[in-house]
Amino acid sequence: MGLTPPPFVRHVGRVAALPRAHVDTDQIIPKQFLKRIERTGFGPFLFHDWRYGPDGSADPAFELNRPEAAGATILVAGANFGCGSSREHAVWALREYGFRAILAESFADIFYANCCQNGLLPVRLGSGEMRELFARCQRSGGVYDLLVDLEATLVKDGHGFRATFAMDPYRREMLLRGRDEIDRTLLEADRIAAYERSRETGNGIGET
Amino acid sequence: MSSPRTLFEKVWDAHVVHRLPEGGPELLYVDLHLIHEVTSPQAFDGLRLAGRRVRRPDLTVATVDHNVPTGDRSLPIADGIAARQVEALSANAGDFRIELFDLASPQQGIVHVIGPELGLTQPGMLIACGDSHTSTHGAFGALAFGIGTSEVEHVLATQCLVLSRPKTMEVRFDGAPSPGVTPKDMILGLIGKIGTAGATGYVIECTGEAIRRLSMEGRMTVCNMSIEAGARAGMVAPDETTFAYLEGRPRAPQGERFERAVARWRGLRTDAGARYDAGVCLDASTLAPQVTWGTSPGMVTAITGRVPDPAAFASEAERRAAERALEYMDLKPGTPLAGLPIDRVFLGSCTNARIEDLRSAARVVQGRKVASRVRAMVVPGSQQVKARAEAEGLDRVFKDAGFEWRNSGCSMCLGMNADVLQSGERCAATSNRNFEGRQGRGGRTHLMSPAMAAAAAVAGHLVDVRAWA
Repeated sequence: MGLTPPPFVRHVGRVAALPRAHVDTDQIIPKQFLKRIERTGFGPFLFHDWRYGPDGSADPAFELNRPEAAGATILVAGANFGCGSSREHAVWALREYGFRAILAESFADIFYANCCQNGLLPVRLGSGEMRELFARCQRSGGVYDLLVDLEATLVKDGHGFRATFAMDPYRREMLLRGRDEIDRTLLEADRIAAYERSRETGNGIGET
Repeated sequence: MSSPRTLFEKVWDAHVVHRLPEGGPELLYVDLHLIHEVTSPQAFDGLRLAGRRVRRPDLTVATVDHNVPTGDRSLPIADGIAARQVEALSANAGDFRIELFDLASPQQGIVHVIGPELGLTQPGMLIACGDSHTSTHGAFGALAFGIGTSEVEHVLATQCLVLSRPKTMEVRFDGAPSPGVTPKDMILGLIGKIGTAGATGYVIECTGEAIRRLSMEGRMTVCNMSIEAGARAGMVAPDETTFAYLEGRPRAPQGERFERAVARWRGLRTDAGARYDAGVCLDASTLAPQVTWGTSPGMVTAITGRVPDPAAFASEAERRAAERALEYMDLKPGTPLAGLPIDRVFLGSCTNARIEDLRSAARVVQGRKVASRVRAMVVPGSQQVKARAEAEGLDRVFKDAGFEWRNSGCSMCLGMNADVLQSGERCAATSNRNFEGRQGRGGRTHLMSPAMAAAAAVAGHLVDVRAWA
């Protein structure tokens, strides 16, 4: 990505809970903020229409506006998080706001890939584990910290919650090392060229 | 010989450049990379920063669609930030020698409309674009999907993508839909059945009698919204309908090369005995026209239905989502959908702004007037669709009825340009997403087919178009 993502090995941070299912990328970063041609400047507009009323005042009822969510770096969210538009701006906004990891029962495919490209760790947990996390977060009065360990593929709090998660080894390695995927792929330049040659001379599907 | 394979497996296998040693994903070759102004500028910046080139500008095609005005094209773009984005694409296309269909081009249009219409989209291709509705191109038996900007940059630099092989799902549409029931109703019916995450992690192959009967435009509508079911892509095996659509298109193979291509494309079908990882069946003959009532495409029911009671939903999460949606949509449980008054009508988007969609809507509108309190607009999917419609006199039908007849672009599907709903306005839309604020903050979107939206424009409220036939 030109800008190498920072590595993610393990992270301890404050949790913000967003117990809503099907949060779409239009909510994460509304379209009026997609016109920037830079990768930066999206953080202030994260969840804009949920965070702020039409008059620009902060909505105290919105989860991220509660005092206990201040400084949160781990978002615990409902299923199918990041559905809808492919806009990577949603991930840039989450990162710039300060999130390092998102925990949910499921993610939309494109959003999940976009997270991995930007060092924002998407963690899939079971529905029972997610319920437990939401309950613990609520019982704590909202001041709740978690450890997310990618090396050990483990999430735990200091009070007995412990869950492991699965991640494709390639994606995990890329995140652990903060590796630039384009550099990785360009190592295969000879193979790409050979593939192109084979299609020019053969009768492959790409020959049109 | 090799074991039987699905259509998806054939296309995937033909594009594997290399299986990466780390285990899991594969490196796949991209035959066609479509780019637009909103999700590409940061990718080009990344290339410049790293001193990289575009590997295959000849396999890359650009257009402007997302934020462009649909009014008078002789005027400069009033929104300075949008203009900067359009100018950035123009500069990037120039610097990296990429073909661009800009605002002055008679071929400009929504990226997923112009790809097929130019014949760029062809069976068996792997197609990527920084837009989730890239799934549209799967109607031709291509494997086509949306990617983020980092992956756009990756394709620009390498012409490849690193992908984990998705699972496969067969969605079989049996039977024939009754008059007034359209491809939009078929795909909305599917999403209503399996949910917006029902196909997450899967590539859908749409099969069955109802799919075979569809025109290419109809198949594109179905594949377009496969992403709204969570699918990575939607596909339809190419057949005579596909070949007839492509023949003579400027970027399709010509003459003898076309015949050779067709011979090859005929092999792009799922072999007898091939297995899918999952399967769903729908009987198209029992479908009624569909209308969404909530803030997700899965919140959908028949026009003969009523707004559901959130209490009837099985899980706490879905109950809460429905309660929130009804509050946002200002709807009460039990309200019949037919008869719901509307303020706006949007006929447009990569889902339903092709020539057939406009014809279908025009048949409903012909000789009638848009209701006095309704503002209705038609935004053709491309300038070529617009020209074709004008040659057929459809623009007169719409204008005489009181519709605005505009230039092409994504327009009010996502409201990045000036075409937006005001807060509280209720809109009958032919687009693909009814998310909160999608068409404008506080705007309320009901998704439906072009014929249904046209009927709503005339009636001034949601109405069962079958009663008009």
